[in-house]
Amino acid sequence: MLALPMFQADRADQYKMKTYDAIVVGAGHNGLTNAAFLAKAGLDVLCVEKNDYIGGATVSRNLYKDWIYSNCSYVCSLLRPEIFRALELHRHGLQITPYGGGVTFLQNGGYFGSYWDSEVAHREYARFSKHDADAYERYSADVMRQCRFIRDSLLRTPPDPTSFKPRDLKELAHLGSRFLEMGEDRMLDTIRFWTMSVAEYLDEYFETDVIKTAHSGSGIIGTALGIHSPGTAYVLLHHYMGEVDGNVGSWGYARGGMGAVSKAMAGAFQAYGGELRTDAGVEQITVRNGRVKGVALTSGEEIDAKIVVSGMDVKCTFLKCMDKNDLPAEFYQRVNNFKIRGSSGKLNIALDGMPTFPALPGKSPLLDGDMHFIDSMERMERAYDDWKEGRWSKDPYIDMVIPTVTDPTMAPPGKHFMSCFVQYCPYMIEGRTWTAPEREAFGQTVINQIANYSPDFKDLILHVEIRTPEDIEREAGLSEGNIFHGELTMDQLLFNRPVPGYAQYRGPVGGLYMCGSSAHPGGGVMAAPGANAAREILLDLKRKSTIPGNFGDD
Amino acid sequence: MTDRFDAIVIGAGHNGLVCAALLGKAGKSVLVLEAASDVGGAARTRAFADGYSVSSCAHLLSQLQPDVVKDLNVKFDLAAREIGTVALAADGNHVRYGGSKVEGVSSADQSSLQEFHQRMTRFADLLQKYLNKPPPRLANGRPRDLMTLAQLGFDIRRLGKTEMREFLRLIGMNIFDEVEERFESALLRGALSLDAVLGTHLGPRSPNTILTYLYRLCGSHGALSVPAGGMGAVSEALANSARDHGVVIRTGMPVKRVIVENGRAAGVETESGESFSSWTVVSNADPKTTIMSLVGARHVETGFVRRIQNIRMRGNAAKLHLALDGLPAIHGLEKREFGDRLLIAPDPHYVERAFNPAKYGETSPAPVLEITIPSFRDTRLAETGKHVLSAIVQYAPYKLKSGWNDEARNAFREVAIDTIAAYAPDLRQRIVASELLTPADLETEFRLTGGHWHHGELTLDQFLFVRPVAGFAQYRMPLEGLWLCGAGAHPGGGISGAAGRNAAGMILAGHKAA
Repeated sequence: MLALPMFQADRADQYKMKTYDAIVVGAGHNGLTNAAFLAKAGLDVLCVEKNDYIGGATVSRNLYKDWIYSNCSYVCSLLRPEIFRALELHRHGLQITPYGGGVTFLQNGGYFGSYWDSEVAHREYARFSKHDADAYERYSADVMRQCRFIRDSLLRTPPDPTSFKPRDLKELAHLGSRFLEMGEDRMLDTIRFWTMSVAEYLDEYFETDVIKTAHSGSGIIGTALGIHSPGTAYVLLHHYMGEVDGNVGSWGYARGGMGAVSKAMAGAFQAYGGELRTDAGVEQITVRNGRVKGVALTSGEEIDAKIVVSGMDVKCTFLKCMDKNDLPAEFYQRVNNFKIRGSSGKLNIALDGMPTFPALPGKSPLLDGDMHFIDSMERMERAYDDWKEGRWSKDPYIDMVIPTVTDPTMAPPGKHFMSCFVQYCPYMIEGRTWTAPEREAFGQTVINQIANYSPDFKDLILHVEIRTPEDIEREAGLSEGNIFHGELTMDQLLFNRPVPGYAQYRGPVGGLYMCGSSAHPGGGVMAAPGANAAREILLDLKRKSTIPGNFGDD
Repeated sequence: MTDRFDAIVIGAGHNGLVCAALLGKAGKSVLVLEAASDVGGAARTRAFADGYSVSSCAHLLSQLQPDVVKDLNVKFDLAAREIGTVALAADGNHVRYGGSKVEGVSSADQSSLQEFHQRMTRFADLLQKYLNKPPPRLANGRPRDLMTLAQLGFDIRRLGKTEMREFLRLIGMNIFDEVEERFESALLRGALSLDAVLGTHLGPRSPNTILTYLYRLCGSHGALSVPAGGMGAVSEALANSARDHGVVIRTGMPVKRVIVENGRAAGVETESGESFSSWTVVSNADPKTTIMSLVGARHVETGFVRRIQNIRMRGNAAKLHLALDGLPAIHGLEKREFGDRLLIAPDPHYVERAFNPAKYGETSPAPVLEITIPSFRDTRLAETGKHVLSAIVQYAPYKLKSGWNDEARNAFREVAIDTIAAYAPDLRQRIVASELLTPADLETEFRLTGGHWHHGELTLDQFLFVRPVAGFAQYRMPLEGLWLCGAGAHPGGGISGAAGRNAAGMILAGHKAA
């Protein structure tokens, strides 16, 4: 269903003698963004992808009859609007439809809804606690302030605090002045926000367990930390700093599934004259005389390029696709110790009809949004304890959506596609690989939890795709199945990401760059690492930048 | 008719004594009011059974700041200095370490520990410099604050490129991943993990535990001493120094409230109804007690009250005291090693598992312990041949789901004793008397809100610029004339005296300016 003019492997020989300006490894959203910006600048760019489809983890797949699954990432918000506009993704068919709110089901048969309309939201909070309804205003204002601070840094290259280069000093000064202009109180609040746990942060605002629980999920999605682990308040931002059509913090569905995002990016890339090859997995990034030479494909074919940009995570790039001897020992060691633990699984389900949720009033707008089935902070944290022991959560945190409620293109009329993101799910079961019965049991755990709140759910299931971190690694190439290409802890953020000293998208070998989510500002379908890396490359080539700046203060 | 002093210090904890002594040394007339019958606060020695005495809360000395000792010429005897640590193994193959040296592990681990210790102490030295200064204001600061900030930046840069990167990487990290990367020996990893989480509401996997580890190294690089006569002797020495400087110390005088007149602190009133006047009231009590009970929320701004109430200070450490009629036998432990610090933390997973229940208001079924037998080196604590065992047992959350009562306390005491007995089979036969102080008991006994030693969790969001709360890290509280000098203020807990010393410096600077 991705009708792209792709070059097949059998036509490969005609490229043999050519040296590209740049080869981008991996046609995920960051690889494609990077490739598109380079092509837009007039470079001769080839993007190679190991799978026979593009998108990496930003993908729509047809695995069962007429159903289309967003089988990895499933909702869209973080995609930088500057990039959306600069690459004219709308012209290549990308439409994002915002969805309103979400719901948390309570074990006692009730629910807590979150709504976009602030009056309705206030009333909903007040059903549980008047105090919390009022505190929500303060909470929103405070979190939004943090969003503004971080949003400014997304399309900037992190400064190296150890460097005395004018550009680094200028960037440090910029960061410093952004920080200073908040005023002392807000600066100090910011320090606390960046270092606290999401549970403790929420404790400072809310008193109701379920309200805290509903917010806390955003602090741990995709991370191998619990809601009580310091540093998780920051992860909230990765779920609040996005936007749909200028509405900061809102989320939406890409029409046609998340593959529509990568498809539009590929469309832009090709419109700028770029070449895309699928079924072209890279065996090795080749190095000669301390500079990249090009890539060697798994098929044995070698392609030369002046620059190689890796959209893969750092472990894949440096441990699997490069020769250890080509890398500085200390760098190799750091990459080896890079934390990229898989902590999330996924279930994609084809449904024969819309399941009912008796707790909700009929035709509730909450059915359009994300649904959750954990109603206490203790259950949230216990889910993490299971992961630490190398098991999937017995009582997992599920972020469930049914995009077909608003998108008719993903399932036949009257039928539905359900996406269940599951936290926590380990990469390995107690230190060894998953067995087939374990994968099934994991899927059953998720299905049972949902079925507790939807009596007809099980009967409507037509097909289930169960994805453990191990499956995600195999298919999307994400090491250990970590959806963010590496954990978002303080030791792996900003100038520490992916490893100290290499945060400016340049690899340790001449001509080698990193454009995946292992680089700043990290994961989510944001495309910022891809764009930032392109800016650095064009800077090194002394070309005019094609990468947009920030829209400015918002 | 009330007595007037240049300054009144509420509480004769070690920080209160340090602060009072320094104010006295500067020629101020100072009154210290202490609720308990002895000075020392949580640094005290007491008899818990007939003929048996023990340091009732803190039991090892490592963080007392050299500047404090020097400024006040504090003198006390040590029963033992630089004692070693033995990480107990079930099979008797214990790991022994101290400083950068370790025995019972591979040579790779030995050199790795050396490297680790070297790096950590280097970072601790950097940190220590700033623990002994009031934190600078971040904005609207005076030139001195800007200088301190610039100096901090400069000091971090001066570490050199590699070390600076490591510092910036490690400062927010967890101990679990760091020891996992470095050491083969599970026992060593477990022991270092325990060192990092002692006295905190954190598990080794919690980010921030490198910081707590570094904090412990500030002072003596982690070298541990046992004061002769227990921790109370240290407090006595501080009190003597204060008295030498003309400070009046009155014990058995619980303060009821801070007298507020015309929007400023004007003195204190005791429970017994006596009042004392001073334009400078310094509280060694924790920030919650100080603001919420002694001052009263109505005298300060709402936002400040909210921040004070949000300070996380729920203790997790219980204290176990055993009176023994002889030394228990511990498999694989040599006689002389009974004077060392013994740890029960077989591996970091074990420590993390001990922490898990604490998150849900439950005690650890398999707790971690830091054990000392101070009587082994100090005959003042028990008759010859008899011994006292003092152990910090984690985790025992302050907010126990079932609530702390005799039953819960006894149950956890038995769990703690059983855990030790697994290594010392004849322990139970030796026990003459025992007591367990839960965080709830510590709260009552030492007037520590939440039973938290540090007067507030030591995490980055409650550290340096934001300790005790944002905007008030410079010891001066928003009520004019009121100051904080306890562990709730920068830099935090531990028998260090840094908070008291820094506060005294700020108060004297304030007096000079006035």
